[in-house]
Amino acid sequence: MIYTDKVMDHFQNPRNVGVLKDADGVGKVGNPVCGDMMTFYVKVKDDRLEDVKFQTFGCGAAIAVSSIVSEMAKGMTVEEAMKLTNDRVAEELGGLPKNKLHCSNLGADALHAAIEDYRSRKAGESEAKKKKGGGCCCPYCDGPLEGAVGLCRSCHVELRECPECHKATKAGEETCSHCGARLPSD
Amino acid sequence: MKRIYFDHIAATPLDPRVLKAMVPFFGEHFGNPRSLHSFGRPAQEAVEDAREKVARLVNAAAGEMYFVSSGSEANNFALKGMALARRDEGRHLVVSAVEHPSVLQAAKSLERFGFQTTLVGVDGEGLVDPERVAAAVTPETVLVSVMLANSEVGTIEPVAEVARLCRSRKIPVHTDAVAAAGNIPVDVRALGVDALSLAADQFSGPKGSAVLYVRRGTRILPLIDGGVQESGRRAGTENVAAIVGLGRAAELAAVELENRAARLSGLRDRLIGELSRRIDRLTLTGHPTRRLPYHASLCVEFVEGEAMLLALDIKGFAVSSGSACASKSLKASHVLLAMGLDHALAQGSLVFSLVDGTTSEDVETLLEDFPPIVERLRALSPLYTQYLEEKGK
Repeated sequence: MIYTDKVMDHFQNPRNVGVLKDADGVGKVGNPVCGDMMTFYVKVKDDRLEDVKFQTFGCGAAIAVSSIVSEMAKGMTVEEAMKLTNDRVAEELGGLPKNKLHCSNLGADALHAAIEDYRSRKAGESEAKKKKGGGCCCPYCDGPLEGAVGLCRSCHVELRECPECHKATKAGEETCSHCGARLPSD
Repeated sequence: MKRIYFDHIAATPLDPRVLKAMVPFFGEHFGNPRSLHSFGRPAQEAVEDAREKVARLVNAAAGEMYFVSSGSEANNFALKGMALARRDEGRHLVVSAVEHPSVLQAAKSLERFGFQTTLVGVDGEGLVDPERVAAAVTPETVLVSVMLANSEVGTIEPVAEVARLCRSRKIPVHTDAVAAAGNIPVDVRALGVDALSLAADQFSGPKGSAVLYVRRGTRILPLIDGGVQESGRRAGTENVAAIVGLGRAAELAAVELENRAARLSGLRDRLIGELSRRIDRLTLTGHPTRRLPYHASLCVEFVEGEAMLLALDIKGFAVSSGSACASKSLKASHVLLAMGLDHALAQGSLVFSLVDGTTSEDVETLLEDFPPIVERLRALSPLYTQYLEEKGK
């Protein structure tokens, strides 16, 4: 088996699955092209995440990541939850295969998106700002990307910016790994 | 827990009769077939005996069979060897879009030598249109390669028709028959092809043992230069035990293939029919009738293939998936995308491929155990929730 026992446990018995009808914030990330879609719901009381629920369309790792993120986040203050990183998520699961590390990004991203939604609702904005695009991380090794998209310094995969969603994706591919847009050949 | 194997396309279990034939060649008959002394002779005889047996399986002459190390090597040998042998006559290849990576990548690699490839698409059931292949041919075309059967969706391609159209233009045709040979009747003369790849591990033989059939008189350059093994077309000391295993597996398949195919296609039809009945929004991938007897491939909407594969593995079932998440490269199967499936549906891909040992109890167990897995994963899926909401409106 490629996954740790903890990943398998969360895959088989995911915690906090479901929809919160009266959620204070909802965050959706991913798309079917890259394989995973996550929706996180948060209920906030006295600045703490009183309840967290999720739904995930994705592989075993994506399901386990959502489950552990929901478990870790529950009871945290909003501030603490925003500081939850993908590294901590992967660590909590006892590690993930290298090509599944991006799943841990998605879990934290979906939680953060839900909290941002909560914050902007609270700030009176009618609708949450569109989720940040940003090519902050290499989608292949999750190393940080500096400046313009080009070569990832950590894993040396050649990257380019998708003209549609503006995220970093692998150069030479036909479609963007995030949004599925057809990439112009160069 | 009983484990049930539905992953023919990855590897078939070695037939014990094949193993028995191989064992002496790991022991007392260790000699090199090229040796002139008494140690070499039994090895050489065994290799030539295997050559005749595998030739009979596909109605070829023994002298047209070249032993290689894998289906991928056979495909590389055909593409590179035949294209480079005719590079002075043109540098264009025609290949179907649903070929195995060893064909597609070999064609890509030939770009370094100035070759260009036209990929011919398929219809929604994975079928190549021979007329479209013929239309893609140019005066520069030196090779056409269309597979006999697709291992991801089970579709059997009209290769004889492709070969007939190419023959009138004097263009050699290769077919990758790795998924087909030993499982359905394959006759190189009836197909009219110039080269054909097959591999032992797809019909109860050992891994690392395959053949490229090259019709007598066909020009081909070796991939591996060296000694005079395989008539100088593939150097290297023969993997005698694996070749003997291939020969024995071919001999058994030639006799038993028809019964195996009839039995497995019955189980396959039961599997496809019942899963479609028991699971809502399930789509068969590939052709409904022109398909490999052991092959059931489908997409389950709103759930992801790797998650289903994993859940089935926990229950003891071994299956494959063409979903992006199930692949190392995180890319959805090029076959499913070529057939026009959208990414979300392709993500729900599963392949159940039956083997000789598959029983009807195995199929019934799967029919019991699989629907609850789908139900559980759909309960997690935001796409399914959305579908139910829209349906409720």
